[in-house]
Amino acid sequence: MVPIAYYLVLSAILFSIGVAAFLIKRNIITVFMSIELMLNAVNLAFIAFSRQWSQITGHLQVNGQIFVFFVMVVAAAEAAVGLAIIIAVFRARNTLNIDSIDLMKL
Amino acid sequence: MTPDLHLWLIPLVPFAGFLVNGLLGRKAPRPFVTAIALIASLIPAIQVAVIVTKFGTLTLPYLEHHGAWIAAGAFHADFSFQLDQLTLVMLCVITGVGFLIHLYSVGYMAEEDGYWRFFAYMNLFLFFMLTLVLAENFLLMFVGWEGVGLASYLLIGFWFTRDSAANAGKKAFIVNRIGDFGFLIALFLLIAHFGSLSFGSVFAQIGARPDWQGGFLTAIALFLFLGAAGKSAQIPLYIWLPDAMEGPTPVSALIHAATMVTAGVYMVARTHLIYDRSPLALSVVAIIGVSTAFFAATIGILQTDIKRVLAYSTVSQLGYMFLACGVAAYSAGIFHLVTHAFFKALLFLAAGSIMHALSGEQDMRKMGGLRRKIPVTFWTMTAAVLAISGAPPLAGFVSKDEILYQAFISPNGGKVLWAVGLFTAGLTSFYMFRLWYLTFFGERRTAETLEEDRAAPVHARADTKLTLEADPHAHPVHESPWVMLIPLIILAILSVIGGWMGWPEGLGGSNWFAHFLSPAVNTVHLSYEQTTVALAAGTAATPTPAPAGDKQLEMLLALVSTAVAFFGWLFAHILYFAKPELPARLATRLHGAYTLIKNKYWVDEIYGALIVAPVLFLARWILGILIDRVVIDGGTLTAGYTAQGFGALIARIQSGNIRSYAGWLAFFAAILLLVSWFGLTTHFCLR
Repeated sequence: MVPIAYYLVLSAILFSIGVAAFLIKRNIITVFMSIELMLNAVNLAFIAFSRQWSQITGHLQVNGQIFVFFVMVVAAAEAAVGLAIIIAVFRARNTLNIDSIDLMKL
Repeated sequence: MTPDLHLWLIPLVPFAGFLVNGLLGRKAPRPFVTAIALIASLIPAIQVAVIVTKFGTLTLPYLEHHGAWIAAGAFHADFSFQLDQLTLVMLCVITGVGFLIHLYSVGYMAEEDGYWRFFAYMNLFLFFMLTLVLAENFLLMFVGWEGVGLASYLLIGFWFTRDSAANAGKKAFIVNRIGDFGFLIALFLLIAHFGSLSFGSVFAQIGARPDWQGGFLTAIALFLFLGAAGKSAQIPLYIWLPDAMEGPTPVSALIHAATMVTAGVYMVARTHLIYDRSPLALSVVAIIGVSTAFFAATIGILQTDIKRVLAYSTVSQLGYMFLACGVAAYSAGIFHLVTHAFFKALLFLAAGSIMHALSGEQDMRKMGGLRRKIPVTFWTMTAAVLAISGAPPLAGFVSKDEILYQAFISPNGGKVLWAVGLFTAGLTSFYMFRLWYLTFFGERRTAETLEEDRAAPVHARADTKLTLEADPHAHPVHESPWVMLIPLIILAILSVIGGWMGWPEGLGGSNWFAHFLSPAVNTVHLSYEQTTVALAAGTAATPTPAPAGDKQLEMLLALVSTAVAFFGWLFAHILYFAKPELPARLATRLHGAYTLIKNKYWVDEIYGALIVAPVLFLARWILGILIDRVVIDGGTLTAGYTAQGFGALIARIQSGNIRSYAGWLAFFAAILLLVSWFGLTTHFCLR
């Protein structure tokens, strides 16, 4: 059986990649994808802890897995709305460079 | 059985008049304003007349209580009114002369824009003045005291668009503050020592303790007198009154001659029990009084503005009243107050009538020869001039003589006080006849003959509207309307016969006035030795009877003062009628004295240099620049700019760049993670 630490390390690596991509990339779609990556890193951690918790107690524990479903639903909704916004922004400004979309700046 | 007099109505009716005219007068037609103002001043006069008829049946002092005002622990002050002989005399003067002057003002102010404002203020003044004299405790009296000051300020500055009038109002107000400071200190001392401000309570406590002599009573008396000196324009606080002539002439007559300025005399007479216990305070009052009388009379000699002559004359006559109070002859002081109210109000109103005839001219050098053109004004003014100069048997002679006689015989007084007072009487006669001759006799010294004086700013001070000032000869010299002449005539009659109610015993009279007033201001002369002896014996001290009047002495003194008044007239006659070229020669001969007096002893300038300039320096540079600008403004500005600068620094984080936000978020999350990680580790290690 794979120890929980392996899962957590993988989750941390995935999350860090997501953060780094979020900070570095300028294309808004890439940034969007890095957010998805971070969400999935968190999902992995949830699943790992859920499994671990079931083993310790001897009963099936699904709290973490239910959380993951929530995250997936939110991510799906986010993808739908987010992509729509991205398309609207591209139509309006003809660019996907995140640094030039700063109209809300003070 | 004592009838219910409803004393509270006396002040409240003018107050109602003030409210109606003050709130509605701007839009209301003039006849309405006139009616309200006259009714509001007539009703108290009628009520006082009714009280006079019932007066014999009253138990005095008649008290009226209208609920508590301040109740703080053991101390309380109530809305309570008091009526005794002294109050009644003051009520008669205020309502009687007050109504006459209201009537006169209807004619005098007819062309003014602020007609409604004027009458609202006048009614307000009556309200406060009546409160002042009716009050049964020091605090309510103080309310009236401050209120008349306010009304005086408003009316002096009636033509507030004129700088000099606005400044004169401010000056009167500020100088009065100095006196009010003394009054307030006296009130605090009274509370500290008696636990009450009610006249009845304070005077009963003083009466019960004959061993209280001087000491704190001297302090109270002197502080009260500081207040009186402010309100009644005595040295050193007299300087506001001559400037107060910037107000309309009826105001000068009512407030600055007949009533308000005598409030100080009334207050000293009202609190005479305190003064009686303090020979020192009495001496101070007498000396200040007689010096003011003399000092102001000398200034009056060379003034050229007709109203300023009268103003200095008022200061001088108020000095006489304080001289009387200072020699513990309070009834003589009040008597002079009454007669002075008659003839000085008349003098001012007649002066107003002259100015009315001359379209606002106030400079006596440009008058002259008015005797035939305005005969009613001439004859009434003649009565007033004779009265104030002390010509027997007119009012001023009787009351002034009484004061001089009392000063002569009083143990507190002295021959020096009498001599100075007598000399001042001569000066009074001189400057009043000077005014009389300059105004009514000789040829009219019109603006043409004094063309070079046209540049002088006399016209800026003229007493009518600017449109009239522009051309002093807009209409020919004319007698005033009857509404102005009737008050003049009534006051002239009073100036002639008003003194007879106190005709001295030395001249075959009964001095009814002094007997009438004596229950309210009876002077119980208790020397310290008497009281200590009486206390040792365990009996009440018996007062010495007041010094018996020596009838021959009184007659002799009356003759002397009449002679002095005659010489005053004689000098005026020679200098200003027989040989009009003489004054100019005298002026060059006595150049030093002339300059000194002409410039009013430079008192205003000295005060300006010694007091006003340092205060202004303190206010402008120390308080204004150092404290206000540097410390307070600097402090708040520093706080503001610091927050602003810090905010600007922080604001740079909010760049609008999503990735920078995310970067900061990640950075601090990492820090949080590290801190919590190492924090937890240490925690476990310590375990």
